[in-house]
Amino acid sequence: MPTQIKELSVGDAVRRASDYQDDLQGETMSLNMGPSHPATHGVLRLRLELDGDYILSCDPVIGYLHRGDEKIAENMTYNQFVPYTDRLDYLAPLANNVCYAMAVEKLAGLKMPPRCETIRLICCELARLSSHLLGVGVYGMDCGAMTVFLYTYTQREKLYTLFEELTGARFTTSYTRIGGLARDIPAGWLGRVNDFLNQLGPAIDEVDNLLTRNKIFLDRTKDIAPISKEDAVSFGFTGPNLRASGVDVDLRRDCPYLGYENYDFEVPIGSVGDCYDRYLVRLEEMRQSLSIVRQAIDKMPDGPWYAEEAKKIFKPAKDKVLTSMEELIQNFMIVTEGPQIPAGEVYFEAENPKGVLGFFVHSKGGGVPYRLRIRGASFCSLSILPKLLPGMMMSDIPVVLGSFDFVMGECDR
Amino acid sequence: MTQDTLLQDLLKRFDYATERSSADHPAINVPADKYVETCRVLRDELHFDLLTDSTGIDWGQEASPRFSVVAQLFSTRDKLYLRIVTECEGDEEPVAPSLAGLYGIANWMERETYDMLGIRFSGHPDMRRILMWDSYPYHPLRKEFPLAGIEVELPAADVAQATGAKVIPAPMAGGPFFSPQCGEMSDREPRAADQSWNEKKEKPSES
Repeated sequence: MPTQIKELSVGDAVRRASDYQDDLQGETMSLNMGPSHPATHGVLRLRLELDGDYILSCDPVIGYLHRGDEKIAENMTYNQFVPYTDRLDYLAPLANNVCYAMAVEKLAGLKMPPRCETIRLICCELARLSSHLLGVGVYGMDCGAMTVFLYTYTQREKLYTLFEELTGARFTTSYTRIGGLARDIPAGWLGRVNDFLNQLGPAIDEVDNLLTRNKIFLDRTKDIAPISKEDAVSFGFTGPNLRASGVDVDLRRDCPYLGYENYDFEVPIGSVGDCYDRYLVRLEEMRQSLSIVRQAIDKMPDGPWYAEEAKKIFKPAKDKVLTSMEELIQNFMIVTEGPQIPAGEVYFEAENPKGVLGFFVHSKGGGVPYRLRIRGASFCSLSILPKLLPGMMMSDIPVVLGSFDFVMGECDR
Repeated sequence: MTQDTLLQDLLKRFDYATERSSADHPAINVPADKYVETCRVLRDELHFDLLTDSTGIDWGQEASPRFSVVAQLFSTRDKLYLRIVTECEGDEEPVAPSLAGLYGIANWMERETYDMLGIRFSGHPDMRRILMWDSYPYHPLRKEFPLAGIEVELPAADVAQATGAKVIPAPMAGGPFFSPQCGEMSDREPRAADQSWNEKKEKPSES
């Protein structure tokens, strides 16, 4: 008897699922995927209802990594919370540090000196490179292309060495302070970043050669899980996932911060919004980031790397603390009471590697926020799964999850 | 439309809306019964099509109305932000209207707000907890909830019965936590501190 092949048309996934419900052959199966599963990139759990290989319904269960960061933030000073931001999107801690510091500074009405902004911008873009390198690498692995992961991880290792030199930590960087940075860049660091970039370009091309026209990779990702513009916007998609669906929004260009308006870069946009487009957008973003960092190195200004006028926010230099009464008092007040931020309300979001990371801060004055809300991009990306997955094959799940490039630390907070 | 004229436009268009003080984007307060209607006009006519964030604030046990719902809207066409705030009805069992019919993401965001603050959203299709487990009895972001947590049963009843284990508060004595309202650690977090010794009482000697 010849094997029957059922033609699948790409249409509304939910309708397809209900069509399948009509000619069910036997019982459906409930399958619990996660919370510890290599394809779920952390502790995401999916409760699936399957008919053979087809998904009938999906209920994501999140919260396994919930640490109560928002509650913790209400009980500590602004600077004490910086290490907690490392652990939001823990694949790009520098970008989180910068975003958090900028949110609070916006509330305080502080303007950072150009050198500080440029250093922060380099941090953000290096964090983007680090996150995308991992995102593309594990995405390849999810699709069965093991080699790419090893190539990109080698590059990330070099980046971590640079981060370690800059911040003292490879992973949990905690580099920014409200009103400045933990320290200036070390001597010769920019040169080493430049050396790294010089060999990163060919490495990205290598990843490109390995994946972009790879038949197996194309078969597994093309036309899988296309997300329309309307859906992407409605489900709060941001960053590369939103742009892959063809929505032309990049906060770096549209609502410039950190002086992004002074740099030349292009914003890659997808046309179909499928898993392949999400990969292409990330790959191109890496090339753009590379060029942004090069431009930033070229125009790195001299001058102070913290806001000198913010006496009640940024701690004075250690040598002054030990020799001058006024600075000693300042230092003591900032350590014990926290940086003094005026009362008010602010929402700031920055274009992070995973999408936009937003901080909503309500302050009643003093050194502790009254309410601090963290908006993570991964939370929004995952919220579309109950709508997207029904009608697809079970074996597509790792590909779809890999293409979203989410991180549970940011989703569960 | 620009950032500067947006607020005046909105106040003219929605005569029930009032200006809200804000350190950055335009912000308006609207009454709860006009909340959904306002957001629909904002989405359909003014292109605020991306609900970038929706959350709640607890103003403290003495305040009335005690809870507010805060939504941040973003326009992908004009690249503008807008904050829209409404007060919840009821102080112990607060209720707010749901935006789930307008924005897909509102479903999960409102579930999180319910989980963390206990604000119920009327018209929400699936009002379950999202981060905490379903049988969890508290709403942790309310101001009276202690930072260390409160002892509760384990989510899995069979495990709890076999092991006798419970979810216990975090041991935080001497922790880095800071609160402007009160002084010493043991006063700030009385339920968290090890009560056998603190700043006022000597630590009992080992012998």
